Amino acid sequence: MILTIGLREFKSLFLSPLAWSILAVVQVILGFLFLSRLEVFQLYQPQLMAMDGAPGLTEIVLPDLLGNAAVILLLVVPLLTMRVMAEERRNRTLALLFSAPLSMTEIVLGKYVGILLFLLVLLLMIALMPLSLLAGASLDLGLVASGFLGLALLLAGFAAVGLFMSTLTQYTTVAAISTFGALLLFWILDWSGQGIAGGNWLAYLSLFNHYKPFLEGIFDSADAAYHILVIVTFLVLSIRRLDADRLGG
Amino acid sequence: MSHNTLVEIRNLSRSYGALQAVKDVSFTIRQGEVLGFLGPNGAGKTTTMQIISGNLAPSGGSVTIADHDLLEDPRAAKGQIGYLPESPPLYRELTVDEYLDYCAALNQVPRAQRLTARENAKERCGLHDAGRRLIGNLSKGFQQRVGIAQAIIHLPPVVILDEPTVGLDPIQIREIRALIRELGRDHGVILSTHILPEVQSTCDRVQIINQGELVLNESIEGLEHHMKSASLTVAFHQPPDNTALENLPGVKSVQPGKDGRLRVFHEADRNPTDAILRLAVEKNLGLYEIRPGRLSLEQIFVDLTTDTASENAKPPDANTTDGGV
Repeated sequence: MILTIGLREFKSLFLSPLAWSILAVVQVILGFLFLSRLEVFQLYQPQLMAMDGAPGLTEIVLPDLLGNAAVILLLVVPLLTMRVMAEERRNRTLALLFSAPLSMTEIVLGKYVGILLFLLVLLLMIALMPLSLLAGASLDLGLVASGFLGLALLLAGFAAVGLFMSTLTQYTTVAAISTFGALLLFWILDWSGQGIAGGNWLAYLSLFNHYKPFLEGIFDSADAAYHILVIVTFLVLSIRRLDADRLGG
Repeated sequence: MSHNTLVEIRNLSRSYGALQAVKDVSFTIRQGEVLGFLGPNGAGKTTTMQIISGNLAPSGGSVTIADHDLLEDPRAAKGQIGYLPESPPLYRELTVDEYLDYCAALNQVPRAQRLTARENAKERCGLHDAGRRLIGNLSKGFQQRVGIAQAIIHLPPVVILDEPTVGLDPIQIREIRALIRELGRDHGVILSTHILPEVQSTCDRVQIINQGELVLNESIEGLEHHMKSASLTVAFHQPPDNTALENLPGVKSVQPGKDGRLRVFHEADRNPTDAILRLAVEKNLGLYEIRPGRLSLEQIFVDLTTDTASENAKPPDANTTDGGV
């Protein structure tokens, strides 16, 4: 039943030009960044060859690409998630889901799966770029895997925040701007409190600090747990919020 | 036709903050019955329907649908209902077929039966040619039909329709009414409306709700009885003084009616027909019409809903004896 809602959501996304334009824009910009990074590598290749323990192709291209991808998707995911509940509320189509034999959890998870499916497509298309290098070079596949796992977890977190913001309002733009604001705030939390002695808890909460290690090829279960915690928290909040819709007036 | 109780509603109430939208409402719906739910705007019709369909949680009371408590076992209970809200929950970007397939899946129609379920629902709602059209491009009437098709696709025992004929043309209204009657043969149907002839032509039972309270719960036959109230309509070529009629035994009052007719209200057990006939013959009044008066449903509706309104208006007057305003 979750999958039914998820697939419907996924297909509906492609009925509007939004999904297509998101895929196209993200691909063009990241393609450009990818190529420019590749150029840098080619430029410095002779010097790198001479160095001992120099960073390889993967290390030069991938972290930069994925770092930029995260920032761009920080802008894009809110646009994707904004309509998911807000539009249903606005068009009063929620009654269809509420009066069907479904629990709130199924409705929320179904919607979430729909967004995840789309983000998976996006992720695969981004992954094609570094993987295309395999044709003529050897890559550090461990680093690639770790980087994309990090990006996947990050996007899943973005989507959960976006879904929650979308349950709060019937205005899609409000949902988009609040998601963007929340995500950006989480991203830049570590800018503040630098240099404070005794553990910087703000920096610890920052999304970025839990994404960076993945890009360096470090898989820390604490970082993964952080992302999963973000996802679960916002999904539970979404379910509670929809339940409150029924209870409140 | 069996008479199983499908929906049982006990002491239902719901408040929005300080406003109590539904107060202590209880009723039942049996199989093979169309229940008309009448009330002025803002009386609590839609709130009640939203509660029964599980879109709104009640503040108090219980709803039992086909032996499943809506609050304790919502999944089983919701599987037994089909609900058409005031504005049909349609995804404008889908075609009718896509949409109905999705609804069937949501309502857990087994995959193998979805095609027949969809074709069946389309057939019943007169949508056979509209399958491949986008819902957003359909006319209001057709959208309404898609809404009804959505509510009956899983053949639920209980169908809840909130103002299903709003915005339709007269022919469509007749078709939808016929459809509701047909549904009423083997489903239990709750129909909310403020169109009174609709109730008279489609419903088996009528409930009038006003300011959140049920003020009438009567079968159509019972209502017919109500409507044959204690009055006569008479017409004379040379009308007598009203006092001459009022003095007849049993007559309570006389009021002018349409086209020079007079309405004579009398005590229920003392019908003054004979006396009026005798008077007419004696005085040569030229009586050309006399028949038992009938209250229309509209009058009952207006009486019931305005009575409570004026009662509610009274207490402040009684308290302020000085009459400051």
